[in-house]
Amino acid sequence: MSLVLTGLTKTYGGLHVVDTVGFSVADGAMVGLIGPNGAGKSTLFSLVTGFLAADAGEVSYAGRAFGTASPMQRARAGMVRSFQVPREFTHLTVRDNLIAAAPDQIGEGLIGAFFRPAAVRAQEAALIARADETIAFLRLGKVADVPAGKLSGGQKKLVELGRALMTGARMILLDEPFAGVNPVLIAELSDRIRDLNARGLGFLIIEHDLGALTRLVNTLHVMDRGRLIASGTPDAVLADPQVRDAYLGGAAA
Amino acid sequence: MDAYLTAIAIVTGIYVLLALGLNLQYGLTGLINFGHVGFFCVGAYTTAILTTKGVSMLVSFPLAALLALAAAWPLGMVSIRLREDYFAIVSLGFSEVVRLIATSERWLTNGVQGIPGIPKLFSDLPGGQAQAFAVLALLVVLNLAAIAAMWRIVHSPFGRMLEAIRDNEEAVKALGKSPAGFKIQVLLLGAALAGLAGAVYAHYIGYVSPDQFIPLVTFQVWMAIIMGGVGRISGALVGAILLMLFLEGSRFLRDVLPFVSEVAMASVRLGVVGLALILFTIYRPEGLMGSHKRP
Repeated sequence: MSLVLTGLTKTYGGLHVVDTVGFSVADGAMVGLIGPNGAGKSTLFSLVTGFLAADAGEVSYAGRAFGTASPMQRARAGMVRSFQVPREFTHLTVRDNLIAAAPDQIGEGLIGAFFRPAAVRAQEAALIARADETIAFLRLGKVADVPAGKLSGGQKKLVELGRALMTGARMILLDEPFAGVNPVLIAELSDRIRDLNARGLGFLIIEHDLGALTRLVNTLHVMDRGRLIASGTPDAVLADPQVRDAYLGGAAA
Repeated sequence: MDAYLTAIAIVTGIYVLLALGLNLQYGLTGLINFGHVGFFCVGAYTTAILTTKGVSMLVSFPLAALLALAAAWPLGMVSIRLREDYFAIVSLGFSEVVRLIATSERWLTNGVQGIPGIPKLFSDLPGGQAQAFAVLALLVVLNLAAIAAMWRIVHSPFGRMLEAIRDNEEAVKALGKSPAGFKIQVLLLGAALAGLAGAVYAHYIGYVSPDQFIPLVTFQVWMAIIMGGVGRISGALVGAILLMLFLEGSRFLRDVLPFVSEVAMASVRLGVVGLALILFTIYRPEGLMGSHKRP
């Protein structure tokens, strides 16, 4: 079990936004997280990735307990998130968005940038090649030189996925990857996620589009009002009356 | 008239150095530094104190830049993680603290009387005009070096990261890189440039006192980069020239406005710059040279 959440809790003025939530995501697993709006899913993501400090509980990845580690430290450990609203670098081209995500760049230090031009150029050439490979994999070739701010919603999600890949992350947390994405691109995005999963990358995905999500994941966790109310295979979880009641608001009953 | 033009060119050169530093901080990184004059002041006083005690300018100039940089370090450590508007307030406070220290620590700075008799640059050259030209040449060299350094930064992976930070700090963190680390380096570099500008200024004027380092100086540099074009190296250059055109050109308004008194004229000149700034933000918000890659 690689990504382990235990007893995560976050309260705002007495309101338990996330209430003692715990589950695990194995290396190379494909796990979905669902729940009605306000269930605390995105807050949970922020707790896991260190953007918010948990009131209680612990997150560990690859055997390392994070404690109060910063988002940067957690990302460098190999666990990278995307955002519900895409946070692309609007003025950078798609290619530069991807290259900027690569770790350990000599030219990102001032000394390297000024005094090691040859080393920087060599690394830059390697990074461009790697970025172009990723761009080809994500079918973003046509927009590689376009500023990311000008892309469609779905393309921006692909760029965020591409950046996560460039960090070398082994566990990727996606916050609503299909929101605001057209159906054709959803299928495309799903295929890419499946390909990456086949290469051994683990995914934890928050998503409201249950159809697309259940075709993708083999484990589903359900949150409601801060609590984890069900876990299991998609079929079993969606058949759970408690889940139907909370998530489908009785409409399907 | 020649002497007058050289003098203006020298002051412009000093403003260009200041504008290049601020452009790096705000234009490229999004750091709202309202305390630029504080580093200018540290640089000017450093060289003033040292050279009046007999230290060589060859030593005092690098020290002026280094001390300005060192002054930026604690400011960066405590405040760089603040939201940008709060950083603006803290940096403004910082420059006022620097000025108050210059005013109050009389044993070091001679208080409000300031430090007179700072050795002139190139004083062994014959004639004031030759000296002024030499100062101008020094400024050109310093500015070219600063521009070359900026160019290198903009076109390096470091510069790419600055742009990423300006676009979205949270995303930079999510990718495992620390925006604060990059911002502190930028703050220090800009401060060192301002310190260097302060050193040239002190030796050119020959006299420093606290009232030369009021926040107005910071805001004039801001006016320069806003008029010239934020985020562009050429914007800093052109903006500083425009600022001087407005500040000095308005001097000649006296000829067309003879009914305005000498004292009131100072306010009119400031008003002209203000009006120019307003017209720029309305009719050319991206600055004369255009803004940096904004789609």
